[in-house]
Amino acid sequence: MNVAQLAPLAVVLPIFGAGAAFLVRRKIRQQRAITIGILAVTMLLEAGMLAATWNGETYAVHIGGWDAPFGIALMVDGFSSFMLLVSTLVSMAVLLYATSQGIADGDEQGPVSIFHPTYLILLAGVSNAFMAGDLFNLYVGFEILLTASYVLLTLGGTAERIRAGVTYVVVSVVSSVLFLTAIAMVYAATGTVNLADLAVKLPELDEGPRLILHSLLLIAFGIKAAVFPLSLWLPDSYPTAPAPVTAVFAGLLTKVGVYAIVRCETLLFPGGALNQALLVVAALTMVVGILGALAQTDFKRMLSFTLTSHIGYLIFGVAVGTELAVAATIYYVGHHIIVQTSLFMVAGLIERRAGSANVRKLGSLAKISPALTVLFFIPAINLGGIPPLSGFLGKLGLMHAAVDTGGVLNWLVIAAGLLTSLLTLLAIIRVWARVFWRRAADAEEPTESLVAEAKEVSDLTFQGGAERPQLGSTKAREVEAIALPWGMRWATASLVVAGLALTVFASQVFAFCQRIAAELVAREPYITSILTGQ
Amino acid sequence: MSVNITFLAITGVLLAAGFYLVLERTLTRVLLGIMLLGNGVNLLILTTAGRLGKAPLFESGLDPNVYADPLPQALILTAIVITFAVTAFLLAMIYRSWMLNQADVVADDTEDIKVSLSSAYDEEEDAPLAADTTEFVDEEGRPVREGEE
Repeated sequence: MNVAQLAPLAVVLPIFGAGAAFLVRRKIRQQRAITIGILAVTMLLEAGMLAATWNGETYAVHIGGWDAPFGIALMVDGFSSFMLLVSTLVSMAVLLYATSQGIADGDEQGPVSIFHPTYLILLAGVSNAFMAGDLFNLYVGFEILLTASYVLLTLGGTAERIRAGVTYVVVSVVSSVLFLTAIAMVYAATGTVNLADLAVKLPELDEGPRLILHSLLLIAFGIKAAVFPLSLWLPDSYPTAPAPVTAVFAGLLTKVGVYAIVRCETLLFPGGALNQALLVVAALTMVVGILGALAQTDFKRMLSFTLTSHIGYLIFGVAVGTELAVAATIYYVGHHIIVQTSLFMVAGLIERRAGSANVRKLGSLAKISPALTVLFFIPAINLGGIPPLSGFLGKLGLMHAAVDTGGVLNWLVIAAGLLTSLLTLLAIIRVWARVFWRRAADAEEPTESLVAEAKEVSDLTFQGGAERPQLGSTKAREVEAIALPWGMRWATASLVVAGLALTVFASQVFAFCQRIAAELVAREPYITSILTGQ
Repeated sequence: MSVNITFLAITGVLLAAGFYLVLERTLTRVLLGIMLLGNGVNLLILTTAGRLGKAPLFESGLDPNVYADPLPQALILTAIVITFAVTAFLLAMIYRSWMLNQADVVADDTEDIKVSLSSAYDEEEDAPLAADTTEFVDEEGRPVREGEE
């Protein structure tokens, strides 16, 4: 008996939890307890799965005892369990953040909460997609998480969210239709949808049909992963959702698409027939995304654009395709999930503290909100790729792999990557200079409450003089503690620390990513373990 | 494997009509388009099963080749349920949109329009510096700049 044999529980537990949370829908405290409890158990289970696959083991779980390739198989290898653990960790932090926000806003008296059950369903879908051993199960995983995300994105049904929701739902449905078409064609060409079986049978196909199947799958996954030119829906729809929802979407949804692309490129279509095209797409994704980010005045929209922009790095790694590149991609996925989610949580905190996420209205936050300043600063420079943080390490790995491979196109994409990194830093600095550094009174559209608070703090500092220089900052911390509940701050802080842990333990994590990448590129033991049912 | 050409033609028509409708701005038409797309793809999956066969129930002694392929049917069943759920959700959303705006069209993103209309001039970064930026003053309180006495 192995922990990995319990893998189905990572999908089943959240679904049962969702049912239970829905049954007690009028009792918000019990809902919270159920959701947090289920997530904690799932996280423990996934930590166990990661430990079980740490040295490169691969396990196949055949649901209902049907042998592959006929039954549904769940695959647990290093890549799956890494993605599972990171995603559950991130969702746990966001859940605590949302809970704290809910308690602070007194949602006990509010309307019936659909948030907790839907959140659990979303996680079940994500887990299912990460473990799916066949294409159709991957489709089902996608659909579960998408349907849950439709509900979460339109929570409350305000006009703005409905507008964003329409775009999001229609784009997602079209991508699902393309995916389903691809599945139908794959089945027609090979007579199977099992990934391991496909890995054996697809190379036997003629060049033409294989290329069609390959590009169809990549387009379907590309919409989900928000790869340019299929990325424009994302900045349009994410920023309007409630802060915790945007945070968890930014962390998980696009990465499920990236996961599928990695599997598709390494397992199903090795050899990189479309690598040149992917390189071009990666460069465009990076540059167009970050140029979009620079034009924004709304912090959440700016973050959405950097999110799509940095997906380009992941596609870059996949397109280079060597073992080192895939390892760096996996490391960068982990970094990207954690950093983007923490930044969106910070955006929620800023919005709560200052009443707006529009940088034209903000200022003085470094003076009146010291904790928030630290919480923003660390993930922000991490995103910008300042050494020695994980953003830098991931990019370094990618560049290293690309330089090793060489070629004009690779060098061009490296240039695009460096430019994007620089422009990301510029975008971050602009936010820093405006929101945190300048005086609130200097803002283009000054916010009265911020101006008053900043004045109060500086007056107190002045009164304290040389004897009591702490007077002003103590006051600032007191005001901040009232405006931002401790749960929200600590939940964000925990993710920021997780991002730092990725830096501190970089050598161990990267060695693990290299083991995963070696397996992915070799496509063994994935194929044998699923087909022989070990 | 022989393929039913009628099914393929119908699939093509359904998908073409579906994509055309999805590109409309009226939400109801988009919904109809999505339903057509769903049906078109389901038909495509059915086509992959090959020619007609016996019902896929096991009978001992019968050649496996005379059975219809049951897997595409299972896939379609799942896909139909999913399309159904999404259609219901979209209908609810369209109704909500109608309640809010009395409009049945895809609205523009106001923030997007604001950004696209804004000029390249940035007050914070491009404004000319005020003339006196020095902190040093002479005895009478006039600012002292480099190269001046």
